[in-house]
Amino acid sequence: MKPSTKFALGAIVIVGSVTLLISEGIKQTGTYFLTPTELVERSTADPTLHDVGVKVSAKVVKGSIERDGPAQRIDFTVSDGANSFPVTYVGMVPDTFTDENDIEVVVEGKFGRDGIFHATDVIAKCGSRYEAEWEEQGTQT
Amino acid sequence: MTLLGQFALWAAFLIGLWSAGLAFLTRWQDRPELAAAVQRSAYAICIALLVAAFALWKGIFAHDFNIEYVASYTSRNLPEYYLVSAFWAGQKGSLLFWAVVLGIFGSLAQALTSSRFRDLLPYVAGITNLIVVFFIAVMLFGEHANPFERLSFTPPDGNGLNPQLQNPGMVVHPPMLYLGYISLTIPFAFAIAAMLARKLDAGWIIAMRKWAIMSWIFLSVGITIGMWWAYLELGWGGVWGWDPVENASFHPWLTLTAFLHSVMIQEKRGMLKRWNMTLVIGTFLLSIFGTFITRSGVIASVHSFTQSSVGYFFLAFLMVTAIVSFTLLYTRWDSLKPEAELESMVSRESAFLFNNLALVGIAFSVLWGTLFPIISEAVRGTKITVGPPFFNRVNIPLGLFLLFLTGVGPLIAWRKASVRNLQRQFIVPVAAGLVTFGVLFAMGLRGFYPLMSLGLAGFVLGTVAQEFWRGVRARMSMYGEHIFAALSRLVSRNRRRYGGYIVHVGIVAYFVAFVGLAFQEKVSVQMVPGQTEVVRSPYGHDIAFTYMGTSQYQSLNRLVSAATLQVTRDGKRLDDIVSEKRQHVDSFGRPTFEPSTEVGLHSDLREDIYVVYAGSPDGTERAQFSLIINPLVNWFWIGGVILVLGGVLAMWPGGPQIKTKRRAPVAQAGYGVPLREGAVKG
Repeated sequence: MKPSTKFALGAIVIVGSVTLLISEGIKQTGTYFLTPTELVERSTADPTLHDVGVKVSAKVVKGSIERDGPAQRIDFTVSDGANSFPVTYVGMVPDTFTDENDIEVVVEGKFGRDGIFHATDVIAKCGSRYEAEWEEQGTQT
Repeated sequence: MTLLGQFALWAAFLIGLWSAGLAFLTRWQDRPELAAAVQRSAYAICIALLVAAFALWKGIFAHDFNIEYVASYTSRNLPEYYLVSAFWAGQKGSLLFWAVVLGIFGSLAQALTSSRFRDLLPYVAGITNLIVVFFIAVMLFGEHANPFERLSFTPPDGNGLNPQLQNPGMVVHPPMLYLGYISLTIPFAFAIAAMLARKLDAGWIIAMRKWAIMSWIFLSVGITIGMWWAYLELGWGGVWGWDPVENASFHPWLTLTAFLHSVMIQEKRGMLKRWNMTLVIGTFLLSIFGTFITRSGVIASVHSFTQSSVGYFFLAFLMVTAIVSFTLLYTRWDSLKPEAELESMVSRESAFLFNNLALVGIAFSVLWGTLFPIISEAVRGTKITVGPPFFNRVNIPLGLFLLFLTGVGPLIAWRKASVRNLQRQFIVPVAAGLVTFGVLFAMGLRGFYPLMSLGLAGFVLGTVAQEFWRGVRARMSMYGEHIFAALSRLVSRNRRRYGGYIVHVGIVAYFVAFVGLAFQEKVSVQMVPGQTEVVRSPYGHDIAFTYMGTSQYQSLNRLVSAATLQVTRDGKRLDDIVSEKRQHVDSFGRPTFEPSTEVGLHSDLREDIYVVYAGSPDGTERAQFSLIINPLVNWFWIGGVILVLGGVLAMWPGGPQIKTKRRAPVAQAGYGVPLREGAVKG
């Protein structure tokens, strides 16, 4: 066998294992990323969606955060305007997590059959609201 | 001042268009005065952009809050050094920063490149100027992208800088990454210039090699400082979260690392010319792609950049650049034929080829994972995301394979390794790896990946040590030099080679630190003052935290509540750890931004004790904490320093090797070393 043929075989093995690792990795760890409306519609159509982990990106409804301090539990409601549902989470949330400024969050967890989203992770995205304030008041060059 | 800035931007824009026209549309090859004009235009653009930068800085330092950018990112009570970093804190300023630095690099490329490459330099100037023109165009024509935009009113004070950016790491991290991204333009410009000029020998590679190493150092430093910032500022106890924005900086680093290795094959053997061209183009495109995904918001990320139409300028630029570059590569395909063939599977060439495949494989898998939400939505109509578990599953095996090759590469001979060569070279490093593995196993370390990583780390260190030792010993016996003299001469005469080995040592430190992070212990507790919590460290020590209470005070631009914990390790008292909750305020005492957290840390080479004070959950004296034990984290930062030292050594200018080519043999006499030495070691 020519060395370049041998090398090609080695290369095929590497490329093959990369492909296999990627496809298996996605199969085993991929999570649906949905909006509240998609989640509500899909889980009505296919109840098994209640049993798998999903991620939902939505806005925290103003004034909806309730904290149970000693239990470290936080309950709040998220919405995308059309659909909303309650979320419950135990653990620490980032500083940027508030219900004052229409902040966007990504909640990860399972959407229970009880209609409550049991989050295992809450990520808050801070909007650049300060900048928006200036823009609203008008700019000129 | 904004008028001056605007004027300077337009001036640079027009000079850029004019010089690019001159470089690509005229026959400057026959007219030296035109070629010189194109080259000089790089300096003109640079000066115009420096004036624009001066105008913005002037506005920032004068607290001219009528300028929208100044009002958005600074305030009267912001410490002065953060006023400097406010220049690149926002999108508009970072665009200007990019243009200015590219202007400077473009000029340096003209000034520092040897006149041997005069056939390439006007093209290089044309390409860098055209890319500068793109950035200026974004500022001038993009939506809310002009840093000199004025407000219709003047606010009494600005917003101030986001508190998470008020950290020394954040002063350095973005510009370092930008410097890395921006300097990638120069290797790209040389690659395109070589194809345009049809000068496809190794010349263009020699002309841009140091730029590639420099980009690599900047990217490495930028990424490492980003890890450091994430570790200290985000309060989650980790360093790398596989967020799209982080990944965006990792892609070009991987392909550039691949290039720095494969380029050696082209220099030594005249192989892989097409592949190297592809890597340079790909690396540049990935850096633009990274800017596109961070600016456009097409992929959800925890990093919140201002999202605007600016992203689509980058997308258009990316596509045009890709089409032009690859079309050019296609038309030059035949001129890039390899001069030699692979002679054996067991050779340095093939080790480097496998290293390239693994690096590009990692880059591809990270890119695929980053883009998967978009791909899955387009193909299946459902957005599917992958997170750290995916990236770890895929990249740990590939990373270990790469670490293995890091040890193998330097040991195998070029062309074809003999059995004797293999025996002679591998015994010591393999033994070092096995001993590391055995000792750690005996000490009670378990787990396949940790043992493999550290065993391979021992193997790589064995390789590097053997390489240094053999080189030193050869000099000692050949020239009768003292050990230290031999070491320093050995290294200074083969800077790229031994600098590279030192970089390998730095990489090993990163692997060690990642293994440590896998053993992280993390608990979340609530404590009242006087209460003690005990966490068992992965080494089996009992670490006790006693909550001493919280004090509140006011600092320059913030209100602080600081929680103090007394810490003991197996009963032995360590320094107290203080973690703070900060509420930033403007100069009128009104709160700005959400509260932020300052991590409390006790750090040594063995482990970090990491405390996050999360405030009081119910307004009483009961306080909430995350207590985290992170083994070996310091090795990231140590690895970073080693890596930079090795990188700087590899690109350090001068050296006798180069002098032998240029000067008469007499110049060598002063070193007391026969001329042949450089050739033998090289």
